[in-house]
Amino acid sequence: MVFIGMQPRGVYISGKIVESIKKIAPNENVQYGILDITFYRDDVRDQIRIANRTDIPFSVEGKEVVLIDDVLYTGRTIRAALDALLDFGRPKKVSLCVLVDRKFNRELPIQPDYCGKAIDSVISQKVKVEAESEQVILY
Amino acid sequence: MQLSTKHLLGIKDLTAEDISLILSTATQFKEVLQRPVKKVPSLREITIVNLFYENSTRTRISFELAEKRLSADTINFTASGSSVSKGETLLDTVNNILSMKVDMVVMRHSASGAPHFLAQHIPAAIINAGDGINEHPTQALLDALSIQEKLGTLEGKKVALIGDIMHSRVALSNIYLLKKMGAEVMVAGPPTLIPKYIKEALGVKVEYNLKKALEWCDVANVLRIQLERQNQVLFSSLREYNLAYGVSKKLLDGLKKEIVIMHPGPINRGVEIDSDVADSKQSVILQQVENGVAVRMAVLYLLSGNKSA
Repeated sequence: MVFIGMQPRGVYISGKIVESIKKIAPNENVQYGILDITFYRDDVRDQIRIANRTDIPFSVEGKEVVLIDDVLYTGRTIRAALDALLDFGRPKKVSLCVLVDRKFNRELPIQPDYCGKAIDSVISQKVKVEAESEQVILY
Repeated sequence: MQLSTKHLLGIKDLTAEDISLILSTATQFKEVLQRPVKKVPSLREITIVNLFYENSTRTRISFELAEKRLSADTINFTASGSSVSKGETLLDTVNNILSMKVDMVVMRHSASGAPHFLAQHIPAAIINAGDGINEHPTQALLDALSIQEKLGTLEGKKVALIGDIMHSRVALSNIYLLKKMGAEVMVAGPPTLIPKYIKEALGVKVEYNLKKALEWCDVANVLRIQLERQNQVLFSSLREYNLAYGVSKKLLDGLKKEIVIMHPGPINRGVEIDSDVADSKQSVILQQVENGVAVRMAVLYLLSGNKSA
């Protein structure tokens, strides 16, 4: 199993999760990478965004990949992540782990396999995950 | 986040923030070029015409690769054997191409200011791939990326541009960029190849002695002797040029520190630069070429937001 954190906001959570896993299973070789999907966005023409670093220092070929992000909202980031991942190789399986699932805001058929908390929020409401204070704020 | 301009006509129009944005985006594209699939879909619905009125292999291939790696559709136009030889004007040629729904134009032309002229008359985004003896902005950007990679930053670094400054658009673009990014610039070469008031006009140091220039600088960017641009005889012979201004291993070994050697290419081995210098470990000439594709990807990506209808 290999873990990939989504840039920019998923990397804090994914870093913490991988740290915990390493403590639980210290003899396993836990492989961890970070992925930025700016160039794969489906709205790339509407607003040109700056890309963050992508660093996947291992092959994903034949591996079970767990994508980790902070909030699952419309699902478009994960769709882009699947496209990007397939350009790195053919994983055996890809699953999704998110801290917060905004259940009713999905625009694509994508669901998490591992979820911290599912929230019934409406589009006008906001969900903010703060890394430093380790809080999830709904407003 | 966007560039402050709609086109890339010259470094003259860019801010330091624009330059930093292009260089950091180029760094991300360098990572893409290391992947098994060296492609991203970002420019999938964009069509780009490479309008080259002047000979070029390196720049055109670099742009074409950059475009294909961004999944754009590319069309190549070279002036010879085209409608230009039938007397079609620049504006007519471009308008004809644009009415076939081409979104961006990458242009190289022998007349300084040609892309600026075009920018006033057509809606598509224009990227200057070299205009006469004016500018070659993507070259200066890839040079900057190469220096940054080797030395960490451009600020405070001493860069000497050596050779035919007078006819070099690479030199002018580099001077603008290096000064905007806080580097110190010196131009070095025979007096016949250095414009008369360049020190006052552009704030660069001028040096006619090659050894002194190399002793001063951290980076030496060696320019090609442009035989195709000189109508007058501005130095006695290639051999004499090499004796006085050719960068040799002996000169480099005699310096107190190791300097970085750059050259925009193509190299005239044994004229402005000796083979053992070009192939030495101080030379970043091949990295420059690699950076060229990444920088051009960055420029195309950052300008693609302004797609014409």
